[in-house]
Amino acid sequence: MVLPPDGLLRLTPEGLYCPAAGAWIDPVRPVPRALLTHAHADHARPGSGAYWAIGSSEGILRRRLGAGIQLHPMAYGQDLRLGDARISFHSAGHVLGSAQIRLEAGGESWLVSGDYKRQADPSCEPFEPVRADGLITEATFGLPIYRWRTGQQVVAELLDWWKGAPARPSVLFCYAFGKAQRVLAELRQLGVEEEVLLHGAVHALIEPYRQAGVELPPTRPLAELDRGTSLAGRLVLAPPAAAASSWMKRLAGAQTGFASGWMAVRGVRRRRGSGRGFVLSDHADWDGLLRTVRESGARTVLVTHGQGEVLARYLREVEGLAADPLATGRAAEAEGESSEDHELPNDAVPISEERAG
Amino acid sequence: MRQFCQLFRQLDRSTGSQERVAALVAHFGSVPPEDAAWALHCLLGKQRRRLLTARRLREIALDATAMPEWLFQASHAQVGDSAETIALLVGGSAEAAAGIANRPQEDEARVDADQPLHRWMERILPGLAALPEAEQAVEIQRLWRGLSVEEVLVMVKLLTGSFRVGVGAGLVIQALATLSGLESVELQQRLMGPFEPSAAAFNELLQTEASQERLSSRPYPFFLASPLDAGRLSDLDPAQWLVEWKWDGIRGQLIRRGGAGFLWSRGEELINGSFPDLLEQADPLPDGLVLDGEVLVWPAGQARPEPFAVLQRRLGRRNPSAALLRSMPAAFVAYDLLESEGIDRRKEPLQQRRERLRELLASGVPGALRLSDDLPLSDWNDLEAWREKARDAGAEGLMLKLLASPYGSGRRRGSWWKHKLEPMHLDAVLLYARNGSGRRANLYTDYTFGLWASADSPGPDASPLTSLPMDGTAPGGATPGQERRLVSFASAYSGLSDAEIQELDRWIRRYTTERFGPVRAVAPVLVFELAFEGVQRSSRHRSGLAVRFPRISRWRRDKPAAEADTLAAALALIPH
Repeated sequence: MVLPPDGLLRLTPEGLYCPAAGAWIDPVRPVPRALLTHAHADHARPGSGAYWAIGSSEGILRRRLGAGIQLHPMAYGQDLRLGDARISFHSAGHVLGSAQIRLEAGGESWLVSGDYKRQADPSCEPFEPVRADGLITEATFGLPIYRWRTGQQVVAELLDWWKGAPARPSVLFCYAFGKAQRVLAELRQLGVEEEVLLHGAVHALIEPYRQAGVELPPTRPLAELDRGTSLAGRLVLAPPAAAASSWMKRLAGAQTGFASGWMAVRGVRRRRGSGRGFVLSDHADWDGLLRTVRESGARTVLVTHGQGEVLARYLREVEGLAADPLATGRAAEAEGESSEDHELPNDAVPISEERAG
Repeated sequence: MRQFCQLFRQLDRSTGSQERVAALVAHFGSVPPEDAAWALHCLLGKQRRRLLTARRLREIALDATAMPEWLFQASHAQVGDSAETIALLVGGSAEAAAGIANRPQEDEARVDADQPLHRWMERILPGLAALPEAEQAVEIQRLWRGLSVEEVLVMVKLLTGSFRVGVGAGLVIQALATLSGLESVELQQRLMGPFEPSAAAFNELLQTEASQERLSSRPYPFFLASPLDAGRLSDLDPAQWLVEWKWDGIRGQLIRRGGAGFLWSRGEELINGSFPDLLEQADPLPDGLVLDGEVLVWPAGQARPEPFAVLQRRLGRRNPSAALLRSMPAAFVAYDLLESEGIDRRKEPLQQRRERLRELLASGVPGALRLSDDLPLSDWNDLEAWREKARDAGAEGLMLKLLASPYGSGRRRGSWWKHKLEPMHLDAVLLYARNGSGRRANLYTDYTFGLWASADSPGPDASPLTSLPMDGTAPGGATPGQERRLVSFASAYSGLSDAEIQELDRWIRRYTTERFGPVRAVAPVLVFELAFEGVQRSSRHRSGLAVRFPRISRWRRDKPAAEADTLAAALALIPH
């Protein structure tokens, strides 16, 4: 099944398009009107004429896409009319300012989930169940082996891990936008008031969270600390890419950990080699995906990202829904940062085209 | 069980040896000996008994989760390990419950996890295997509900006899040495061969005085050679070295003690059952004797031993028939003498041990026991000359041993070197790939490579997995009328760097032409140079050839598939 040519949504080379609104959702190329689910680089790209997104992501979007972009900040649940379409943004619980986008026109309604999770996360608004005729859902972790424990449980373990090594620094690798702030907010909830050190990439994204009123422990960029300062017993948050960089020199002898949903699988954990894996994801786990599909009441479900084929088949065969994978072209073109690699990470090396044969 | 799983987790997570040894010491020091004995047994990989099949456990997991089988398979493809897939699907319910509320039933659910390891190993697991099918499923599912993901993983692996943890025997022995104050070498020797997992055996293992009776059939730890570092040789006097053939068989120790004979493989297995002919020939040897040597198939009067593949057939057969013994007679080529007259000779210099060996074998011992040839070396140039002759002699290279050296244990560099033949090379085309397991789960790391065969060449290549007919659009296609096809020739999974593996993994996903379960056929485009130790004819392989130790030596990015090697080139490498 593909999107019908005369329906509410269709797929164009730019991405998912709503003709009634004359707008694209998370377009992969510049378009006149772009509706953004969230500010991760694989969903928010520069060059479009006008953007609509949740207000709390404005700071991050302007920093990333350009201070002068035409951006219409939206509130959760606020009504937007574009052309013949009624549009609303609903919390997705993925990262600060993330949204599901609901579109309705001509008696047909669709919900585009964007990236989402169903677990409590003190760094962003909780997921809001929304009903629609059709649902486009992600399935990054669309296998029943992915079942998350609460963020609180995992971060409590992380705290033990950190506190268990008072003689050396603890470096936690985590995605700079979303995961890092979630870890900090959970630590704060666990009563941590001690200063946490940050890689520059994480630090750059802290301010929007503080402005949005998310409670975090005090933080400081590692670079601001004098060279000679002892880092023993300090927690440092850094993006995964820093692991192999010269930035780590200062942290020689540190214990390291990595927070990602992919850490659920032992082989992946071991392949990363260094340190401890913390299973913490900002995407829905298997039960979260199924629950979301059921709560949407959608009769038609299209599945993007990761395990699209698996989830779609399950929804067809076990849940009796009309379901198919949908290739938005995003995964294939994904570059730079996203919340979490949508494909299992293999520290990809680009492959040269001429060997394609 | 809980403590053992904690140890498993610590070992699995830590990367430093020190940390691991510390975890092992803490574990062995804190659990009662009956549990320590089982932990040791499992950690040394000696728990090989399969109580239930992986298939049966999967059935029970499918039943527990009410999940379609294809979904289990999709999960398995992501995880790369059957036990872990089951653990991720069914484990951790109690833990998850613990996170939600105050947990009235949790303690009850965790009762089984608290049972000591020896009880799991001696009662609970064998008890499960003995239950009738329906009850078995119910009971296993009940246990799973109370276990964490890690505990289910360990339990399933113990049930299927596939428990392994990434910790070498060396570290385990180091931990026991720390705990007991005994020398590692002494412990290593006491642990040779089977270990009975009982409190008595564990206590005895760590006692200062070992009982003689326990050691009567035991081999000594093998001394291993390192690949030759020519730089560390050149200025030494060649007369101080013994040079002999490095045979391609099974390294073994032949023991005569207490009027009985024992043949041990280097893998610490007693292989008496497969080689009754050798033991019979060793019967007249004096008591209190241990020889180190190579087990080969070597018919009398033949200049060269049979290749390894022939030996494998003998190895795989317990109680071989008289006909098999006649057609594939075993021989023991003795390299060294470790004990004679009941006295440990390992500290004597090699020269002296060889002298004893020569005397022993000269005194009218039957033909299947041979002394390893002493290859004379007048200067270092002779070394390469001998090495070039090794292939003709049916050997896989040379051994160089310092005549003054004692018989050590393990791999210590300096006095024993191996100098293998240059491997053979062929350029082959990547045809199929499948996932690796463990650290390589989810990466396509097991590769099958093909060579070109002319279309009219014979071969049982009927199944789609074995041949890939070339069509006109494929690169390097042969000219019409002179059709060639690629025939799978060898599988290899080592030799590429991590970066290359990842690059190749992406390529494979992108250029998959067909999928057969976990196997992907890919466009026949990429060429790799394979290195291997030898080629033999084989009726069990589809190309008609069996390759010894194939591995990837290089990614031939410069070579188009059409220029890869042919089966004929492989055939030409078989010694005549």
